[in-house]
Amino acid sequence: MVLALSTNAQEIIDAFAEVPRTSRLELLLEYANALPALPDRYADHPELLERVEECQSPVFLFVEVSDGKAQIFLTAPLEAPTTRAFASLLQIALNNRPIGEVASFSDDFIGELQLTELVSPLRIRGMHGMLARIKRQVAEKTQ
Amino acid sequence: MAYPTDPNTKFQTYSHPEALVSTDWLAENLAQPGLVIIECDEDILLFETGHIPGAIKLDWHTELNDPVTRDFLNGQALADLLSAKGISRSDTLVIYGDKSNWWATYAFWILKLFGHEDVRILDGGRAKWIEEGKVTTTDATSRPATTYPVVVRDDIELRAFKEDVFQHFGKPLIDVRSSEEYTGERTHMPNYPDEGALRGGHIPSAASVPWSKSVNENQTFRDIEELKQIYIVQAGLGEASDVIAYCRIGERSSHTWFVLKYLLGIERVRNYDGSWTEWGSAVQVPIAKGIEPGAVPVWF
Repeated sequence: MVLALSTNAQEIIDAFAEVPRTSRLELLLEYANALPALPDRYADHPELLERVEECQSPVFLFVEVSDGKAQIFLTAPLEAPTTRAFASLLQIALNNRPIGEVASFSDDFIGELQLTELVSPLRIRGMHGMLARIKRQVAEKTQ
Repeated sequence: MAYPTDPNTKFQTYSHPEALVSTDWLAENLAQPGLVIIECDEDILLFETGHIPGAIKLDWHTELNDPVTRDFLNGQALADLLSAKGISRSDTLVIYGDKSNWWATYAFWILKLFGHEDVRILDGGRAKWIEEGKVTTTDATSRPATTYPVVVRDDIELRAFKEDVFQHFGKPLIDVRSSEEYTGERTHMPNYPDEGALRGGHIPSAASVPWSKSVNENQTFRDIEELKQIYIVQAGLGEASDVIAYCRIGERSSHTWFVLKYLLGIERVRNYDGSWTEWGSAVQVPIAKGIEPGAVPVWF
């Protein structure tokens, strides 16, 4: 890993704003490579995971809530590194955060990354789908 | 056309065998003067994770589209782009990509709008190359800049606009989207905007042939007899010599466009790149829903 990856949402936005346009893809690739593998309890039980239908690639997620914090698990195929990067950005920004913070997490985060200069807006819909489903699972599991 | 073609026997059964190369052929023709390998993917990071040695990247979203108007780049912009990438007008271009070559055929189609003569598709695309364990590299490719000429884009022969579809009614249309998109049943998530189109369904009289029917499991194109069965017989193209294909934004239909024109050899095939995102949002255009193609609209 070349760069120290920011984990705070605002820092991530700033990092993308600060790097030259030509280096944005590299930064995105760093995030793609940083997506953690699923723990065995999900890797061995894919039926527990929710498919993110908005993504063209097979993306699955699961949210655990414990001690008032959200644990985010996401998986995306190696041959879809951009999708992996999107999953990783959300996972890093939201994992182990208080559930209130996840529930109120701004949908603008995705737009503020300004990725539409690099990626078709239609492709970014998958990232919105991931975020919406993370929030829904958090809401369901804290009722 | 200076560069030798791939003598692969399957390709010889197609109308334009010179428009395809196999992975084995390409592996033996790396780093050859006059032959430029181009990767064009849906996933903008895939190239950086490893690519065919010597290949250059072409980004469909940031490089082939006009940044403001919904249109492709013009002749000057294409000349600037290809010159900077070190491509000459006389070069043989071999294009490959992910997603069964969706974007490779899209780039192929756009290069043909500008009349680049020798463009070829790698049968099976990126996935087959990787699957076969052929060599990849993350080394950046640099090619000395060239002077690609400014060529006026020809939107008549290979491209259809909405108004062309009106004129075309009565002749075959092929809808290459999924069956859910064709019938208009496709739903979207609550709290989540459907960015595709305001209405669901298909252009009346269009036959439904999802693009994926034209490829095998390993992403290579199907044999000619299978293609004839799918398009000429089942979709009813018969002796048709003038066909328009469409999808949602014109990428999947460029794949079918390639099949119809270069493999089956249909004389005139146009890609309607406005596709469903235009048709499904346009005012007062006729739409059919359900599994039946629907009748040709009478008032056109």
